Amino acid sequence: MKPPDSALPLVELRQVSFAYSERPILNDVSMRFNRGQVVAIMGGSGSGKTTALRLIGGMVRPKHGEVLFDGATVDIANRDALYAARRRMGMLFQFGALFTDLSCFDNVAFPLREHTDLPEELIHDLVLMKLNAVGLRGAAKLKPAEISGGMARRIALARAIALDPQLIMYDEPFAGLDPISMGITANLIRSLNTALGATSIIVSHDVHETFLIADYVYFVADGRIAAEGKPAELQASTDPFVRQFISASPEGPVAFHMAASPLADAFGLTGVVPTAGATGVAAAAPVAAATPGSEA
Amino acid sequence: MTALLDRLDLLGARVIGLLAMLGEGAMLFFRLLTRGLGAFARPRLVIDQIHFIGNYSLVIIAVSGLFIGFVLGFQGDYILSRYGTEQSVGLLVALALLRELGPVVSALLFAGRAGTSLTAEIGLMKAGEQLAAMEMMAVDPVQRVLAPRFWAGVIAMPVLASVFSAVGILGGWLISVKLIGIDAGAFWGQMESGVDIFTDIGNGLLKSVVFGFIVTFIALREGFIAAPTPEGVSRATTRTVVIASLLVLGVDFVMTALMFR
Repeated sequence: MKPPDSALPLVELRQVSFAYSERPILNDVSMRFNRGQVVAIMGGSGSGKTTALRLIGGMVRPKHGEVLFDGATVDIANRDALYAARRRMGMLFQFGALFTDLSCFDNVAFPLREHTDLPEELIHDLVLMKLNAVGLRGAAKLKPAEISGGMARRIALARAIALDPQLIMYDEPFAGLDPISMGITANLIRSLNTALGATSIIVSHDVHETFLIADYVYFVADGRIAAEGKPAELQASTDPFVRQFISASPEGPVAFHMAASPLADAFGLTGVVPTAGATGVAAAAPVAAATPGSEA
Repeated sequence: MTALLDRLDLLGARVIGLLAMLGEGAMLFFRLLTRGLGAFARPRLVIDQIHFIGNYSLVIIAVSGLFIGFVLGFQGDYILSRYGTEQSVGLLVALALLRELGPVVSALLFAGRAGTSLTAEIGLMKAGEQLAAMEMMAVDPVQRVLAPRFWAGVIAMPVLASVFSAVGILGGWLISVKLIGIDAGAFWGQMESGVDIFTDIGNGLLKSVVFGFIVTFIALREGFIAAPTPEGVSRATTRTVVIASLLVLGVDFVMTALMFR
């Protein structure tokens, strides 16, 4: 087998466009995920971050453009090639997606039992090593319903790395975690990436934790890449979108209100002339006028 | 004119939607039949599901069979005694159960007991992204999750229908022989001479195998295509009972016409 070209990115999106029915999600997006790096895709909710992961994993097909994994196109139509590529990937879903009828041990053992002929004794040792790596060897016998959300995600991480993948994808790994779990998870992502010599892609909107561990960051907005660079470069960026996102400010190019008709129209107050005594109407009018972003 | 075009448009969209749904269903069925055979490479998976699907349905099937047998005993005696042939009640009970009620009622109960549970299980696995996680681990959920359940349902259904019929006959015997006082020799003798192993028992078993295919497939498919929300899973569960029950009754009519006419 030819050794991988280290100059070649492990994953590449080339001018990819994607839409759910008529709703465009990504538009002519190109990204490179270099080997050995932790790369983050950041952006607001619904900006297409998770869709990028689904494209890389071959769960959806791009409308235009190409998704490459280790130099080969991710082809949904070729099931055998797709499954061969997926065996070299690990994915951590937002809520872990653990199999609820299996114990934590059996969840981590699942990919090993499915894809290898290893004896059960060896699987036992490997699973305990993976669980130990995420600090949850003690939870081996518990069912997913008996552990917390943060622990479930760490078990799912142990499962995702069970086959020592080349690529690990994390879908919102920090969402809903307490500060301690968040810090632990961030350190785990970084240390596992180094220990396994893997490439990691993190989809997140948690700026602080992501900037701590990422080597490179893509900001996605309105289906396009709004900004990209190393975390330090983005911290110093004067781009209004990046500034708004990093400072979590309500003021900026990303509007709080979704496009809608004027508030007065929605309340059926258009053309109503306020009269003396009609205090409700008189009070509503200035509210409608003062609400920024309520105009379509 | 525009309204007419709109209606035509809507009709066309519905026809295309229906064809797409049928095509999707046929493809899933084909996948279950072909790739699903791989489930037998790990018989433990199928055996676990037979235990879950079959064993847990046993009580409702047996109790229902017993009560239907009771009713057949009473009604058989009431009708046959009008013609002085109440000694044939054993034959009536056996034929009614083996040919029709055994396969059909046990399939309807199976749809309500095991079918809904299968749909909800698969639907919730989908909602919890467990099926997507499996896909991402390069494990085919059709082969790993759906196929063992499918074959377990197909295997369990004729066994359950047989239990239903056997317990039903026992119920008929209790009522007509023990309660009403019909001669036990006549009850069993008429049954023995009147029931054909191929025409009656064989065709009844064949029906229950077909119903096993229908109910299990509908249950799994509805779960597999359910919207990944609580409402979606709830609707899918309802659809399983409605579609499977109607299909069982419709197919039973066709099979009866072909087998016994």
